[in-house]
Amino acid sequence: MFRSKVNLNFMSTLAISAAALSTASSLQAAELNVTVQNLTQGIYFTPILVSAHSSDASLFELGDTASTELQAMAEGGDISGLVSITDSLSANNLTNPAEGLLAPAQSTQGMLSTDDGNTVLSIVAMMLPTNDGFIGLDNWMIPTEAGTYTVYLNAYDAGTEANDEVRGSGMPGMAGFPVPGRLAPLLGEGGTGLNATIANATVHIHPGNIGDDEESGGVSDVNNTVQRWLNPVAKVTIVVSE
Amino acid sequence: MNLFTSTLRVGVITASLLAIAGCSDSDNDEDTQIVVPTPVQYTYQVTVTNLTHAQPLSPIAVALHDSDVKWWTIGEAASDALASLAESGSNEALLSNAALFASAAGSAPVPPGESVTLEISVDDIANAHISVATMLVNTNDAFSGVNGVDLSSLEVGGVYRRSAHVYDAGTEENTEAMGTIPGPADSGEGNSEGREAHNVVTLHPGVVTASDGLTTSVLSADHKFDNPGVRISITRME
Repeated sequence: MFRSKVNLNFMSTLAISAAALSTASSLQAAELNVTVQNLTQGIYFTPILVSAHSSDASLFELGDTASTELQAMAEGGDISGLVSITDSLSANNLTNPAEGLLAPAQSTQGMLSTDDGNTVLSIVAMMLPTNDGFIGLDNWMIPTEAGTYTVYLNAYDAGTEANDEVRGSGMPGMAGFPVPGRLAPLLGEGGTGLNATIANATVHIHPGNIGDDEESGGVSDVNNTVQRWLNPVAKVTIVVSE
Repeated sequence: MNLFTSTLRVGVITASLLAIAGCSDSDNDEDTQIVVPTPVQYTYQVTVTNLTHAQPLSPIAVALHDSDVKWWTIGEAASDALASLAESGSNEALLSNAALFASAAGSAPVPPGESVTLEISVDDIANAHISVATMLVNTNDAFSGVNGVDLSSLEVGGVYRRSAHVYDAGTEENTEAMGTIPGPADSGEGNSEGREAHNVVTLHPGVVTASDGLTTSVLSADHKFDNPGVRISITRME
């Protein structure tokens, strides 16, 4: 806790010096220092994508079907598709700041310089263990006034995979969730599978994990006393300087 | 955009001033002509999106009213009208209140992931408050909505967006038992007799479901929900 606070102050100082150096830059462009903190007790975030883009694009839309790129992120943690699409839209991306998994209660941060026209900020990352759950920030208007802003993120269900809650694949359309080595000892095994069908095929608020208390067998490979959450699941702190 | 809407607003004010001026002039006139000011209509478009996994929403209730009307208050007992909406999904009692300026009712339930848009209008009342309510029908008495939002500062073309929490009316025990839930998970009865012991409106604790160990529940993992339950977007059209 103490350590991350020191880090934050250090980075803020960096941000201020960066701003002082770039006063000649264009009016709309901004320097952002983005911190993402995992607020859950037992859920890991896979590589995070922080993207500043134009307001006519969006990574996801509540009540709409997920794009195949969003599906790849939500089911397997693969952000490459979203990175290429946003790159092609001249977005400014901060890609995978945690360099892998962001563990429960941990924070990660990075700098993002935005170009003119990239006026909104979106953030996504898959939540593990879930089938197609992800943290999401959808087109948050980047303030034009310098300052520190806080946003809390909810957990969304991409609606692309049945929530069977068992070990399996991170490939789009394949059942189960991927298990990175670090998570293997934290999960049960041999669950028969909770849900076999998709109840809501649009992007929506995730109903949460059920899990069970059996290390072997049962219906779910999720631990029902640890690998759960209630919204919000992530805290995002954005320091805006020009 | 802003410039356009404020120009419109100025236009409306000027029109009513002229109408009043016309009235007072006519008092001194032999051929009295009564000038009735053209009513200024305030129309709002209300879009409700169901963000839940598997909880259809009962037909949406929308009303415009003054600041004295409150459909619910956390920590206080629900009205009979709210209890009826939260237990059975019927918006009839809530919307039949004579104190409302205007009301609008959805014609069908809103399935998970879908949206519905309703329009509601009132004449000459610039400072109406708006309330929206709907039941999560696969529950005993859960509902969501917004409660008396002041619309006076919403300009034409302006949008007010809110992601709404799920509340517990506190009027029926959350047994999740067969026969007590009106939604498709059970097709049980809606209204229950009397009030449960815990007779106050609170935020909803969520459903437990049979998947999570409540063996007498007719609900399963799919019926679980977390906040927010619905997204509400109110646009002033005129």
